[in-house]
Amino acid sequence: MSSNVIPLSSILALPVRGDAASPAAGGCSSKSCGSSKGPGDMPAHVWEKVKDHPCYSEEAHHYFARMHVAVAPACNIQCNYCNRKYDCANESRPGVTSERLTPEMAARKVVAVANKVPQLSVLGVAGPGDSLMDWRKTFETFRLVEKQLPDIKFCISTNGLALPDHVQRILEHNIDHVTITINMVDPEVGEAIYPWVYWDGKRRKGREASRILHERQMEGLAALTARGVLVKVNSVMIPGINDQHLMEVNAMVKKHGGFLHNVLPLISDPAHGTHFGLAGQRGPTPSELKQLQDKLAGGANLMRHCRQCRADAVGMLGEDLSQDFTMDRCGDVAAYDPEPRRLYREVVERERADRREAAEAASADLAAAPAAPARLVAVCTKGGGRINLHFGHATEFQVYEVDAAGVRFVGHRKADTYCLGGYGDDDKLDGILDVLAGVEAVFVAKIGRCPKQDLARAGIAAIDAYPFDYIETAIASWYAEHLGAHARDAIA
Amino acid sequence: MAYTIVTDECTACGACEFDCPTASIKEKDGTYVINAKTCTECDGDDPKCVELCPVEGCIIPLAA
Repeated sequence: MSSNVIPLSSILALPVRGDAASPAAGGCSSKSCGSSKGPGDMPAHVWEKVKDHPCYSEEAHHYFARMHVAVAPACNIQCNYCNRKYDCANESRPGVTSERLTPEMAARKVVAVANKVPQLSVLGVAGPGDSLMDWRKTFETFRLVEKQLPDIKFCISTNGLALPDHVQRILEHNIDHVTITINMVDPEVGEAIYPWVYWDGKRRKGREASRILHERQMEGLAALTARGVLVKVNSVMIPGINDQHLMEVNAMVKKHGGFLHNVLPLISDPAHGTHFGLAGQRGPTPSELKQLQDKLAGGANLMRHCRQCRADAVGMLGEDLSQDFTMDRCGDVAAYDPEPRRLYREVVERERADRREAAEAASADLAAAPAAPARLVAVCTKGGGRINLHFGHATEFQVYEVDAAGVRFVGHRKADTYCLGGYGDDDKLDGILDVLAGVEAVFVAKIGRCPKQDLARAGIAAIDAYPFDYIETAIASWYAEHLGAHARDAIA
Repeated sequence: MAYTIVTDECTACGACEFDCPTASIKEKDGTYVINAKTCTECDGDDPKCVELCPVEGCIIPLAA
């Protein structure tokens, strides 16, 4: 089992700052919460839907885990960035899975995971093909699972071609979250992305293919939002093909009431055997992605915490336990035990109210700080909204921006684990320094002396003064001190 | 005449099974097979299984 799973005991042991029963959770109506962060930023019925969904709420992704079951291998379109022929257990990207499941196997696996990972709140079908082309398997999986875990949230991901035909079924299974991958709203742009779609008994090519796909996507999106289903739109950013066009896609998402817009960088490598990979089409750099995201600010709300996970991902976003839950390890599953998940939720309700209060207090402190340019900092965390991970165990860093206006989550950066078997590896540290480019400080629960010095030489302060503290509180307090005393060595 | 699935190329996604007008395609031992006795090659239309298959060259005419 991965060390990244937060055992329930570790959360229970953490100090809670304020009164556990504090009603502050509902009280945030000011802008200090930031967009889509808490219950004060959206209608109550929407918050109820997203508060346990790690993909739809940045705040929830600190607490809750999702799993995908790969029951839907068939697809009705071909995308130039996708080739499902080459699956690999060690890769983490959409469309990849190490084993395909029947609905019955999937239901067994869900119980196995739910018994071991109390954070589990969402079951998604994200392929590896299209969840709605293979709709029989998708809905049969949900039918089997809802008998045992009536409180788990269902979620599907689709290219949208078959979506208008399944709106009724989506409502029947109480699926509140649907992701549609929309890479264009202009078939001319689509021609460079989709070589064909299979529609009405025939393979359609060229502009006709993209026109049909576009029309079906719009029809499905409108039908879902009209019925109160939350729709997230994923767009793959392909430099030179649709990068600038995604401004129009974002405007469309906003116009049609999409809940979130998630711009994903194209993953492209000849070894993946995709058309784009073989043709040398590159993906965007992190700064190109951020520039586009910044340009989209003010449009449809953006998801910035996506990890582009596998079709059989299991765990908190950013961790992958899929290899711990292969079917051969889910053989004789005990009956579902609802107690760990119930207990976990109880703890989280207290924790998140407390954290929100702490974050608001931190924002209030920051408001008094003198105006200065925003700083970027990185955080090592394994969830819970706390700085609770050793630098050497971090497989990714969460990046925050801080200034007098508050502490804002801006994204994550992947890093190979620096520390293998207790020994730091200098080559890997060089890689991590690249990953942390532009970051001024990295907040860790703990860090060794050597890497701390190496980071300092690269101009990055390793801050270990706030172990297990809330992320926002620690960053705000560091920022205030940092500004107050330039000369002081904050890492000493 | 009939079509056949090249097992080495098949990713076993099952897309070919969806629209077969004669229900000639079935999963068998982790791959898919076409029943040559019932396959009509879609009677002169573009064969639907070939149109749906994501792998070029995976579904081909059965050698006589």
